[in-house]
Amino acid sequence: MALLELRNVSKIYHLGGEEIRALDDVSLDLGNGEFVSIIGPSGSGKSTLMHILGCLDTPSKGSVKLDGTEIASASQRELARIRNRTIGFVFQFFNLLPKLNVVQNVELPMIYAGLNSRERRERALQALDLVELGNRLKNRPSQLSGGQQQRVAIARALVNNPKIILADEPTGNLDTHTGELILALFRKLAAEGRTVILVTHNPEIAAVTPRRIEIRNGRIADNVDRKLAGLDRIVPNAAPAVAPA
Amino acid sequence: MNLFNTIVIGLREVWAHKFRSLLTMLGIVLGVAALVAMSALIQGMENGAREAMVAMGGADKVLLRRQAVPAYQEHLADQAPGRTLLDAVALRQGAPLLREVSPQMSVDEVVLTRNDKRCNPAECVGVTSAVIEMNLHRLAYGRFFNEIDEEKAHAVCVIGTGIRDELFGKPDEQGRAIVPLGETIYLSGQPFTIVGMFEEYLSEKDAKEKALRLAGELPKVESGGPKRMRGFGRGGSGGWAFYRKNMTVYIPLNTAWMRFRLAGDKTGIPDNRLSDIDLKVKDFDRLEDALQQARNVLLVTHKGIEDFTFETQENQLEGIRAQVKNYRLTGGFIAGISLLVGGIGIMNIMLASISERIREIGTCKALGATGGDVFVQIVVESVVLSVLGAAMGVGASFALVELLTTLSPTANTPIITLPAVLVGVGFSAAVGMVAGLLPAFKAASLPPIQALRYE
Ligand SMILES: Nc1ncnc2c1ncn2[C@@H]1O[C@H](COP(=O)(O)OP(=O)(O)OP(=O)(O)O)[C@@H](O)[C@H]1O
Ligand SMILES: [Mg+2]
Repeated sequence: MALLELRNVSKIYHLGGEEIRALDDVSLDLGNGEFVSIIGPSGSGKSTLMHILGCLDTPSKGSVKLDGTEIASASQRELARIRNRTIGFVFQFFNLLPKLNVVQNVELPMIYAGLNSRERRERALQALDLVELGNRLKNRPSQLSGGQQQRVAIARALVNNPKIILADEPTGNLDTHTGELILALFRKLAAEGRTVILVTHNPEIAAVTPRRIEIRNGRIADNVDRKLAGLDRIVPNAAPAVAPA
Repeated sequence: MNLFNTIVIGLREVWAHKFRSLLTMLGIVLGVAALVAMSALIQGMENGAREAMVAMGGADKVLLRRQAVPAYQEHLADQAPGRTLLDAVALRQGAPLLREVSPQMSVDEVVLTRNDKRCNPAECVGVTSAVIEMNLHRLAYGRFFNEIDEEKAHAVCVIGTGIRDELFGKPDEQGRAIVPLGETIYLSGQPFTIVGMFEEYLSEKDAKEKALRLAGELPKVESGGPKRMRGFGRGGSGGWAFYRKNMTVYIPLNTAWMRFRLAGDKTGIPDNRLSDIDLKVKDFDRLEDALQQARNVLLVTHKGIEDFTFETQENQLEGIRAQVKNYRLTGGFIAGISLLVGGIGIMNIMLASISERIREIGTCKALGATGGDVFVQIVVESVVLSVLGAAMGVGASFALVELLTTLSPTANTPIITLPAVLVGVGFSAAVGMVAGLLPAFKAASLPPIQALRYE
């Protein structure tokens, strides 16, 4: 059984009588430990798909099963628990809380998980070490560079040891070099056996992932655009061998 | 997510907008300050009133009052005997539930003179020794009247220190103790020998001040007219009661009868009626029974005519309570309105605060915060605001009370009580909580994706 199963999922917005199909009858299986990139033109529905995968949004039609649990019929409480324990979300604009310092930001998901303060501190420090920010614990987000902020956000997504990492254009606001650093982190996570799903416009990043899904007009394209997916390039680092679903 | 973390986060949020938070809290600060200071003033008044009551003889004293005969006995009004010594004797003999019966015959419009000095006592009364226990007097010098004084109607008197001050001078000003035992003073022209003097009765506040003066920490009393004071009475808390008590002249009951009533009555028929009969009951819990017993006895001596009634201090207490309750209501109303306005201010700022934090709230939800977590967080933040305001309000109330006492020295020292503080803080916490409910509900029910996408 796949970790994530989408069956005939649609997301429909109604804007002044007009119907917008952000997702249109999408069916998709994602297996445990897969490293996937989602590509597609702007406005095609990538973010919408990510939000549904991350239990931040519910589909208008169709069924989403995570680990066998049907999301559409789950209560708000259960959804919050899944977001807390099973999913780590990394945003394009980092979304760190400006009034909390680096450690406090990383500790936040563990507060909602109900961990005690000693364990929280310990695990936050571990996660920050992993993203090589162990020396900036007391800084506010506004005192960090964009790349550093994104690393804090990744540490935050990791602390509750989630099965799935979702990242919506994690490098969209970073320069190429920093983007590569961040990508390296995601590759490391995928190599550890986590399921990592990235949305990206960057063909170089898409080229790294073993599996690419292209969305066009809210539908999964039958064949990926080779240029967008970076397949026309020579990939310097071979993609890590990850078992497909 | 435990409460401690929630409160810490709430405090951080308040701290992040120090000035805005301060302005928001102002309503609560004023409300609590008003509430606590007001109740401190009222407490002071209440204490003053209670002290005065004790000075007048304590809570278990019952006054036997004259009363117009009831309507159905109006045709007997002429035969109403009034309160006489017979009543006192009959009560002593026939009402065992009474502990003390103190008959009093007041001598009106007395002028006390000695050499070139004169004064008017607050009361000049013929009494038996029961009056000591009845009015809670304490004899400091000399003796009280004995049976021979009573039997022979001796021209002797016992005075309060106020009389001493007027006729012999104040020890404070003279710098030496003045005990005028054996001296002769004139009561409306008749020579009386002073055989005893009571101690000086002072309210707690005055007693404290006096002790300080003696220790040399306060300047001597400034002479030159009494200070104007407000509250229950002048010159100290419950001051008038203490003043009256100190300005007392007692003479034996028979002396009052023989020298002032028998000889001095203008109409030719001596008036044998007493001015007062005060009672104390043996067992305060059986007050009703004792009064019924006394009533039965008196109905006999009064030939069934009900020209008397009992007035317990309970009635007076009732009066004090009613007044205090009035003040409380007024004060509570003002403070309540102020707290309400404060609460609206808090709700307003919390609504503003959540709408500027919608994306943050969305992020928290994406990280696993439940609606409940968000709800509790916002409510706690609101309560933190209001409780901080309340704490400042309590601080401000101390300053306010200090200010009020220096601006106009009140007779009754205001007392800030713990219950008042607790009520103030508790009420503001409740206001903060209610004010936080709507914003918290709005924030909690926001769908995560909408919150995240909010611009
Ligand atoms: N709340 C909404 N109300 C109406 N339409 C919406 C809403 N959210 C998204 N859409 C529409 O859904 C479609 C898909 O949006 P989505 O954000 O998923 O695109 P995207 O693929 O992430 O684009 P980009 O690469 O620019 O981020 C768009 O046409 C968008 O206008
Ligand atoms: Mg997008």
